[in-house]
Amino acid sequence: MSYAFDMEQIQDIEDILTKELVESGVHSVLLIDMAGNIVATLDNGQCKHDVYSLAALAAGNFGAVSSMAKIVGEDEFSLLFHKGESENIHFSKVNAEFLLITLFGADVTLGFLRLKVAEAIKQLLSVMDDSEID
Amino acid sequence: MAFINLKNKLVQAKIVFYGPGRCGKTTNLEYIFKKYQSRIQSDMVSIKTHGDRTLFFDFLPFDMGKIKGYDVKIQLYTVPGQIKYNATRKLVLKGVDGVVFVADSMEVRRKKNILSLKNLQDNLSEYNKNIFKIPLVLQYNKRDLGKDGVIPLLPLKTMERDLNGKLKVPAFQASALSGKNVIPTLKQIIAKTMISLKEGLK
Repeated sequence: MSYAFDMEQIQDIEDILTKELVESGVHSVLLIDMAGNIVATLDNGQCKHDVYSLAALAAGNFGAVSSMAKIVGEDEFSLLFHKGESENIHFSKVNAEFLLITLFGADVTLGFLRLKVAEAIKQLLSVMDDSEID
Repeated sequence: MAFINLKNKLVQAKIVFYGPGRCGKTTNLEYIFKKYQSRIQSDMVSIKTHGDRTLFFDFLPFDMGKIKGYDVKIQLYTVPGQIKYNATRKLVLKGVDGVVFVADSMEVRRKKNILSLKNLQDNLSEYNKNIFKIPLVLQYNKRDLGKDGVIPLLPLKTMERDLNGKLKVPAFQASALSGKNVIPTLKQIIAKTMISLKEGLK
């Protein structure tokens, strides 16, 4: 079984991520599925991260945290965020199948980022509704 | 579930090496990493315990080249084999497209192999996947240990009957440590996985 996004959908997704997140000052953004596959990845041109390993670990991390939430009686933890000295990672669930991972520095506040991520997700959902599943 | 990017003509598929603890899943990936270093642009990621056992998974992205005009990226994963890590094992299976079941040829591991295969079947069914339908290859690992006759090995007939009696999938005698039949196992599971995905490639 597989699923696909066509050329237009991928273009729309990349436009949304660029406009809402990259142009707002984030370093890098990845849209991944829960299996760890990368749907789209964009950055500010200065990131040299190993995005495939990052996606695999992010999907695993999100899955582990979701399972922990269930054990303590929560549906999910709504904020998943790791803070570093110069790089931070924010995880956000788009829907049951997709995750948005954003890497950003000290020049972007978490509150502002969360607003931008929420706006991006709203737009992404309208584009992703009609993906093909074989 | 594999992802097909029709804009960049890229396919990403997930293959998981499954099997009981210490059967050689990580050793398979280490051999592949060593053998195909030129095709692998990143390091192998391993989340392991202080005792060097897999805690969550190992991960290796592997570029296959082009199939039907699509660049194919295979994501290889292992699961932790120890019984207590079933929750994390289940997480790694999410979205799996193909499975290599690595069985341990040592006589003392016979029961562990059978239990692990049953556990694979149960965990797949939680994702509505059927062990009889998913692309699957068996690997009877550690056949090299039988050479000096010190460590008793399971006869191949017994392993076939225990594990492959109903499944009837391709099975390889291997030694992940020396690399024997590691690549044929990989090629077979990639071929089976790609055949199952080809309908999606237009």
